[in-house]
Amino acid sequence: MRVIRASDIDHRISRPRGFSGAIALCIAALAAVGLIDTAGANTSNGYNLPMGVTDLSQNMYALHMEVFWICVGIAVVVFGVMIYSMVTFRHSKGAIPDTTMVHSTKVEIIWTIIPVIILVVMAVPAADLILKQEDTRNSELSIRVTGFQWKWQYQYMDAGEGVDFFSTLKQDSNFARQLGSGVDPKTVPNYLLDVDKPLVIPSGTKVRLLLTSMDVIHAWWVPDFGAKRSAIPGYVNELWFKVESGKEGIYRGQCAALCGRDHGFMPVVVDVRTPDDFKKWVEEQKAASKQAAAPADVPPPSAQVLN
Amino acid sequence: MAHDHAADTAHHDDHHGEPAKGIKRWLFATNHKDIGTMYLVFSLIMFFIGGAMAMIIRAELFKPGLQLVDPAFFNQMTTMHALVMIFGAVMPSFVGLANWMIPLQVGAPDMALPRMNNFSFWILPFAFTILLSTLFIPGGAPAGGWTMYPPLFLQGGNYVAMAIFAVHLMGASSIMGAINVIVTIMNMRAPGMNLLKMPLFCWSWLITAYLLIAVMPVLAGAVTMLLTDHYFGTSFFNAAGGGDPLMFEHVFWFFGHPEVYIMILPAFGIISEILPTFSRKPLFGATSMIYAIASIAFLSFIVWGHHMFVDGMPLAAQVFFMMSTMLIAVPTGVKVFNWSATMWRGSLSFEPPMLFALSFLFLFTIGGFSGVMLAIVPVDFQYNQTYFVVAHFHYVLVPGAVFAIMAAVYYWLPKWTGHMYSMGLAKTHFWLSTIFVNVLFFPQHFLGLAGMPRRIPDYAVQFSDWNMVSSIGGFGFGLSQILFVIVIVQCVRGGKKASAEVWDGATPTGLEWTLPSPAPYHSFSEAPEIR
Repeated sequence: MRVIRASDIDHRISRPRGFSGAIALCIAALAAVGLIDTAGANTSNGYNLPMGVTDLSQNMYALHMEVFWICVGIAVVVFGVMIYSMVTFRHSKGAIPDTTMVHSTKVEIIWTIIPVIILVVMAVPAADLILKQEDTRNSELSIRVTGFQWKWQYQYMDAGEGVDFFSTLKQDSNFARQLGSGVDPKTVPNYLLDVDKPLVIPSGTKVRLLLTSMDVIHAWWVPDFGAKRSAIPGYVNELWFKVESGKEGIYRGQCAALCGRDHGFMPVVVDVRTPDDFKKWVEEQKAASKQAAAPADVPPPSAQVLN
Repeated sequence: MAHDHAADTAHHDDHHGEPAKGIKRWLFATNHKDIGTMYLVFSLIMFFIGGAMAMIIRAELFKPGLQLVDPAFFNQMTTMHALVMIFGAVMPSFVGLANWMIPLQVGAPDMALPRMNNFSFWILPFAFTILLSTLFIPGGAPAGGWTMYPPLFLQGGNYVAMAIFAVHLMGASSIMGAINVIVTIMNMRAPGMNLLKMPLFCWSWLITAYLLIAVMPVLAGAVTMLLTDHYFGTSFFNAAGGGDPLMFEHVFWFFGHPEVYIMILPAFGIISEILPTFSRKPLFGATSMIYAIASIAFLSFIVWGHHMFVDGMPLAAQVFFMMSTMLIAVPTGVKVFNWSATMWRGSLSFEPPMLFALSFLFLFTIGGFSGVMLAIVPVDFQYNQTYFVVAHFHYVLVPGAVFAIMAAVYYWLPKWTGHMYSMGLAKTHFWLSTIFVNVLFFPQHFLGLAGMPRRIPDYAVQFSDWNMVSSIGGFGFGLSQILFVIVIVQCVRGGKKASAEVWDGATPTGLEWTLPSPAPYHSFSEAPEIR
């Protein structure tokens, strides 16, 4: 078992990055009226998408910010015109309405064409990124991910062939989250975002997940990887990501599709290790499962019953 | 011939009688105003029931950890909140407004099919009694989300049959309401009122009615397949039996996306009535407004896939649905620009209906922006199923549809009751609602972007602050709505007499303002002249 370093625990389901003027203003306004405590800011005060640690998540973040700023720009113009009208053309100030201004084909054509151009500007890089996202070819490690109510099963292929385990909400979170448990969630490390056995993957490697489900629809999501896809019974959905070398650590996410009573309690935790450490981990897993399989001469309980 | 004449006379007498006394007036109502009133009262009650569920949701989410309810009950609340608000509050209130206003605006004596009108209303209390009673049966209410995705929805107990039957009833009611609107508009317009002279509210409802007739049967089909899967051993959506759970999503959202526009197009119509009145200037680009509504309605049929990007879809389909969805921004933009141009060089005054309409304009546009962001497939993978989506659709539905409904009520209430309401209270209601609705929903954008999934009863501690802010906004918004009821009740009971034009000094246009306030029980028994 690898010792988890303190630095690993600096995981982010999201990290505040990329200030936007509008949002900052809003936060400042809220802080001013004392609604939030910005002084004690910690990572939980996230308000934007994480940049993430994969090429895909960074591209998503860049596209998100591009579209966001375009929207802000349009908002400034449109809201500016509205506010100007509300301030200037007031009945109480004796404004005289210009009742002849009812129609202008020229203006209407202009404000139909300009949005079309803006949309094309947004759509082209988006389409590009979709192509990239969907390209699951040449993956170096495939893992089959199966959703259950309410846990994930990870079955490794390729270099990890034979490694197969379940990942469920960690015991301390599970205890604290019970109705009337009396435990303050703030005292539980990584409350609701920790599992008994995380998915372990190597960094610098193109990992492909094959997602399916044994009961209802789930969705596997790690924001820092820009990776979200539904796990649907009867379907195998594909997803890929490649965590940059040097970004080893623990990354957290959650099931993103309503899957019943404990939908809120099936986190996804991924432990990214260097390829060497990953190899070692796979060996350990194989050795451990051999050990577990050794006393298998004893018939399994079901067989005993039959005898 | 003689027989026909006798029937005509009887019919004639019936119409000119005073309203029936007591409960009979309402049970056997065929008068469009009575039925409109019942629809509006019903939807107001549902607004508070759905709102109470939202309060439970926000109370549980006030702090991390589970304090109040079991996760299973929490899921029932989110599911029922949506079903009640969509099918019980927003849709019936638009039908109520249509009932009241369409005959007045087209100069017709009543809706074309008054008995069907009665039937379509009286189905609703039964439908919602069935739906709400599931809260008290063993196994509880539907808890799989209002989208009713199998296999989760089918894991339920007895609620499956009850919820599906309730949805069937609501669908039947909506279809009848829609038929009535279309027949009234097509056949009962006053002579001289050609379609392009028709008020924008009627236009928006005409197009909405076609959407309803097109998609409610699709929903009925989808839920019927759920029913047979659950009770009769079919495998439409059961993968183990060779079925396809994704097919449900396709069928559902083929209904679901036009449904979104069913809840917003009449709001567009309302705003297009109110802004010109209080800008004292005709609506800018009225014809292009109609084309914009029609193209939004058309596009709504070819965008359903954008609800399902993360569920796995061929590359070409992803690109297609992204493009078609973004295209909706064009006619929607035209509408916002036309509204802005209507205010430009106008003479604006800020009565409560105008305040709500202006709030709609700003906040609906914010919902539109997040809609464009959600359409971009690659980043939708990050937004989808998070609070960002929750923030988006609440921005278009609450300060969008609901504020438009409130604007309409404040606009036409004096015409309905004959009294002016308390402007001060109504303005207080406006300011509290507008402030709290933003405190409630704006932080949900941050929560979603920071990674909080929707539909969870408990969350990791880094989401605590914004959830607390959002909950405070929620309680404030909920409490503010009590003022709305007070204003309405006061106005029904009495108040300053309203003139026929109601908004003296502003420029309300339309036939409804030619009638005295309150509008007489039977109006336009002779068709008005349209110049």
